[in-house]
Amino acid sequence: MKSIQELEEIRNRMRDQMATREKSGGYRIVVGMATCGIAAGARPVMRALIEELQKRNRNDVPVTMTGCIGVCRLEPIVEVIAADGSKTTYVKMDENKARRVVAEHIINGNVCVDLTIGAAEKQAKSKE
Amino acid sequence: MHFYRAHVLCCAGTGCTSSKSLDIISNFEKYIKENQLENEVKVIKTGCFGLCAEGPIVVVYPEGTMYVRVSPADVKEIVEEHLVKGRAVQRLLAGHDKTAEVSQSLDNIEFFTRQKRIALRNCGVINPECIDEYIARDGYSALAKVLTQMTPQQVIDEVTASNLRGRGGAGFPTGRKWQFAANSKGDIKYVCCNADEGDPGAFMDRSILEGDPHSVIEAMTIAGYAIGANHGLIYIRAEYPIAVQRLKIAIQQANEYGLLGENILGTGFSFDLQIRLGAGAFVCGEETALMTSIEGKRGEPRVRPPFPAVKGLFGKPTVLNNVETYANIPVIILKGAEWFNTIGTERSKGTKVFAVGGNIVNTGLVEIAMGTTLREIVYDIGGGIPNGKKFKAAQTGGPSGGCIPAEHLDTPIEYDTLTKLGSMMGSGGLIVLDEDNCMVDIAKFFLEFTVDESCGKCPPCRIGTKRMLELLEKITSGDGEDGDIEKLEELAKSISKSALCGLGQTAPNPVLSTLRYFRHEYEAHVYDKKCPAGVCKAMLHYHIIADKCIGCGLCARKCPTSAISGDKKQPHVIDQSKCIKCGVCMESCKFAAIYRG
Repeated sequence: MKSIQELEEIRNRMRDQMATREKSGGYRIVVGMATCGIAAGARPVMRALIEELQKRNRNDVPVTMTGCIGVCRLEPIVEVIAADGSKTTYVKMDENKARRVVAEHIINGNVCVDLTIGAAEKQAKSKE
Repeated sequence: MHFYRAHVLCCAGTGCTSSKSLDIISNFEKYIKENQLENEVKVIKTGCFGLCAEGPIVVVYPEGTMYVRVSPADVKEIVEEHLVKGRAVQRLLAGHDKTAEVSQSLDNIEFFTRQKRIALRNCGVINPECIDEYIARDGYSALAKVLTQMTPQQVIDEVTASNLRGRGGAGFPTGRKWQFAANSKGDIKYVCCNADEGDPGAFMDRSILEGDPHSVIEAMTIAGYAIGANHGLIYIRAEYPIAVQRLKIAIQQANEYGLLGENILGTGFSFDLQIRLGAGAFVCGEETALMTSIEGKRGEPRVRPPFPAVKGLFGKPTVLNNVETYANIPVIILKGAEWFNTIGTERSKGTKVFAVGGNIVNTGLVEIAMGTTLREIVYDIGGGIPNGKKFKAAQTGGPSGGCIPAEHLDTPIEYDTLTKLGSMMGSGGLIVLDEDNCMVDIAKFFLEFTVDESCGKCPPCRIGTKRMLELLEKITSGDGEDGDIEKLEELAKSISKSALCGLGQTAPNPVLSTLRYFRHEYEAHVYDKKCPAGVCKAMLHYHIIADKCIGCGLCARKCPTSAISGDKKQPHVIDQSKCIKCGVCMESCKFAAIYRG
């Protein structure tokens, strides 16, 4: 290493990688990964979330897993929790929807209303 | 660059390694691969978390879930439940065996929340064998700052202003030490690190070197710049193999990155660092003996002055600091002396790491702000005393320190208050004693240690401590006579005044402080031939209470020396000449008919 710039480069690069171990101040993503979620395809959804976050250098957003939320029929379920604790629940997710959530919600701050649990329930009711 | 959604941190300090944490790590790697999670989950070997009593410890991020007492066989379940399905394995969570609520995250465990971690800032957070992780946590930024923005004198001024005092025991102001060495004229100067941790029960220096070796390397380089030295030596005991190994790796990495060696960061400053292994003699932790040992001679202290800052290693001006002292330096440089002064008390700034052991629930390493009371350490962080026993005293400062009794539990811990109480900060060993500990026996234990470890150079220590030990042995075997306590006191005082080095001068402290607070226990031994705590076997007698004994004969059958006799259904008796005082009879009696006295 010849210079302080190089030291700083290493620091910034590694900081991103270690962000998982720090407390995050912003969004947090939780994926339902019980048997029901996994069977419905939660794993590819999670991989897509991680890939998309990585592509956009948002390693400060932790992706964690949780158990069964109880509405197994709507799995895979992804929840986005904001810094203030407010929660958005996305249901019947797939890889493309996951990428959309990262782009629209995490990056731009716009909730993908059509993917939320509310929209899905409304749709179900109108079908009846 | 790859992003992992979860990091599994596994403690690889000496404590957890001895409970198979390396097998745990390899099992994690195996099962993570089996479940095809290797691109999602990263396994990291890290340093000591401090909660050694509950080791081996595994922490899973981002949740910060802390698993305790993990065995290699538990790993499959953690991978399949937690990493695949996202469900924490309840039975392994910290606190699962207690009635209190189970904590999922180490951020909520009182053991951690009460601590203030500066010297241990990276222990259990980074991989000590990866310089990049240290750099990510602002590692080597202090060095960069010092080399580019500060003059050597400014560095010394900053350290002086921080009021940092030596963490090895005596508490000498670090900045002043550096100033003396900087003022000394010499073509060659040295920076040394004392990693010869010798107090029984103390292991904070080992844990820092195992968990965060780069912090010491960075600080020594800063010290080199400040005093004008280009050579550094770390004196570490060979019985710390993991610490030695990690230091070697760290020095090599720092050299490869150009953070050690010639022309560091292109600033023209050069500093090389080497390791010297000690054979583990207690006396080599004394600064002059340490340097004599590095020089290749027999590790014996010499008279001061001249102090090392004037005439130290190979006769050259030398700065010698302890591991924990160095670990504080980079943070002080980065955050400033003013910040450091906000932590601690009037005369003791910053934090101190204690190795807490003895009769306490959470055996381990804790770092607390100076001024924290002993009660907080023992009860809030340490979890109190097991089996509902009563706190009797805390021993601090190892063989050079003394005991602090229950009435001083609320004393804030700092250099000066501990000295006033007849103990000392020492390197930070803290042994908790409960009602079952005999204070005369404790004093004897430390004296035995000093007698073993006395280098023999000066008669007060070589002969005096031996005479003191003989007196203690006499007292604990029930042969104490009137005048023995006074003789002990007289010897102790003259050794304190006349021994050559700090170790000899402080060797009588365990006796003096126990005499100060527990003189009645000594007197009970000498005059009543009784050991109130029931430890000194020679004074113990087991008796059967005739009224309570129903003559079942159970004790007689259990007695290994057939010392108990009696007719069926008649009260039994113990033959004192045959009794070896093992206590089996008392444990086996269902009618509480046997007492010890």
